[in-house]
Amino acid sequence: MESLLAGCIGFLTACGVFLLLRGRTFPVVVGLTMLAYAVNLFLFSSGRLTLQGAAVLGTTETYADPLPQALVLTAIVIGFAMTAYLVILAIRARADLGNDHVDGKLPENESSRKESR
Amino acid sequence: MSHLIIAPILLPIFTALLIMLPPIHYSPMRRRWVSMISTVILLILTVCLLWQTQAEGISFYALGAWQPPFGIILVADIFSVSMVCLTSVLALGAICYGSAGEDERGSFFHPLFQFQLMGINGAFLTGDLFNLFVFFEVLLIASYGLLVHAGGKNKTKAAVHYVVLNLAGSAVFLFSLGILYGTLGTLNIADMAVQVAQLPAENLMLVKSGGLLLLIVFALKAAILPLQFWLPATYSAASPPVAALFAVMTKIGIYALLRVYTTIFGEQAGPLAGMASDWLWPFGLATIMLGAIGVLASQDFRKLVANLVIISVGTLVTLVALQNSAATSAVLFYTVHSTLVCGALFLLADLIGAQRGKAGDRLVPGRRMAQPALLGTMFVAAAVAVAGLPPLSGFVGKLMILQAASSPLQQVLLWSVVLVSSLMVLIGLSRAGSILFWRVSGNEAGPERVLPLQAFALGWLLLAAPLMVVFAGPLTELSFAAAEQMRDIQGSIAIILGDAAPVGEQP
Repeated sequence: MESLLAGCIGFLTACGVFLLLRGRTFPVVVGLTMLAYAVNLFLFSSGRLTLQGAAVLGTTETYADPLPQALVLTAIVIGFAMTAYLVILAIRARADLGNDHVDGKLPENESSRKESR
Repeated sequence: MSHLIIAPILLPIFTALLIMLPPIHYSPMRRRWVSMISTVILLILTVCLLWQTQAEGISFYALGAWQPPFGIILVADIFSVSMVCLTSVLALGAICYGSAGEDERGSFFHPLFQFQLMGINGAFLTGDLFNLFVFFEVLLIASYGLLVHAGGKNKTKAAVHYVVLNLAGSAVFLFSLGILYGTLGTLNIADMAVQVAQLPAENLMLVKSGGLLLLIVFALKAAILPLQFWLPATYSAASPPVAALFAVMTKIGIYALLRVYTTIFGEQAGPLAGMASDWLWPFGLATIMLGAIGVLASQDFRKLVANLVIISVGTLVTLVALQNSAATSAVLFYTVHSTLVCGALFLLADLIGAQRGKAGDRLVPGRRMAQPALLGTMFVAAAVAVAGLPPLSGFVGKLMILQAASSPLQQVLLWSVVLVSSLMVLIGLSRAGSILFWRVSGNEAGPERVLPLQAFALGWLLLAAPLMVVFAGPLTELSFAAAEQMRDIQGSIAIILGDAAPVGEQP
């Protein structure tokens, strides 16, 4: 279970970082979302992985650490709000700057290709 | 338990909510007055808190009366409360300036401003790393809103970069918190210091990697060399009162660096003690030089001021790396000085730009200013202060910085870099001043005048420069007391954790 979770987190992080380094705003937003998923899984696992353990004392024999669950909840809410804001900002940038490149202007080769079309 | 500690967080949030209620929201004048009066009250409260902390030592506020290290706590020591005081002084200047008309160029200026104050105050006062993250996010989301205030192409472009960078930074922050919680079993800063001191050897590398990931996050917030490229574009694009408030945001990164690497990974941390210094020292010095080159190369006055912010960040980071009490006290004094003067310079850049018509604040010959004497005096005062010349506050700050280096090698490096960068700042500012004020084309001055409220805001921030020299004695004593208190880790652990210190031996 540990290696599966670790692999999942690693794969999500790698995809997230790759997409984050793209030039258009949409892949960047998706990349940040993936990074946020990876972070949430990682935070969750920081309380150690337990099977069938409730976070309340006395209900099960082994119990899960409740604090990471609270941290993940906070991180999810914040990450969700930030992503929503970024989506709106990206749409605004598309309208204000006339393209969806993160630098606000298309690189030379791409803009010339667009003109020749 | 005094409730005064939580007041700097509660007051701004309730003010923000109050401003958004219909009777106040629909009247610009009421919005302004509520916002300004609330900030004055905030200033009074924080001064009371500082006075109380100075008299009674470190105190903490346990939310819900949960005993630390289990609950969330706020900690008031002289250093953190001084930073909160600094924030409220700066905020009062920025809000007064904004209320002169800038706030009506977009919506929700005052509520966002108050939310940002809440985040900044919370980040300074919290005694818990996860809450530091939460307050960082509060101040960031407010700053995202404020950055695009009044709109425009430049602002949107700068905001996209700023938001993406900070979201990536938040992800790294959470990774490092996960590692640190997984190995230390706590996120309370005082308790983490206890746990790091008795860390089993097999967890050493994990904690070290977690601690260094935190370094990346704080370096991004503070804008240290490889991670500083966002700062000039963002700060020069933001509207003036917002840029003035942003002058304190990099200092939050510095404060977090100081707190984490003095308390958690401080002298008691055994093999992990001082692990950040090797990184902070060279990058801090390089940041100073890069900022100085930026000052010389700037094409407009706001970019120049943004590069001055980078120099102050580099200086402070170098001091954090020194890890002695003289350096820590210099951090406090220099932070107060550089934040207020840089904030004033951002406001001044806007006033100069407004009176120069089309030329704006670009460093090209422009039309005559309507009030060259007023603006020129303010410019000279701010320039003398920020370049560190006598008789203003920058000189005292620079003296404390130069005295902080102890070994000969440190002295050679720190003295040469700081003094050469001061010279470059002086050259850059003289060039900017002579172009802005003297190289005028023959056109008549425009109708723009400095409004009384704007002049008050600028004077309020600039007044700090002479006052910090007049009261240099008590202020340096205060900063030495703050440094001693911050470096007395065992003392603060004893107060915060009390007899419960050995709780949770192993994670």
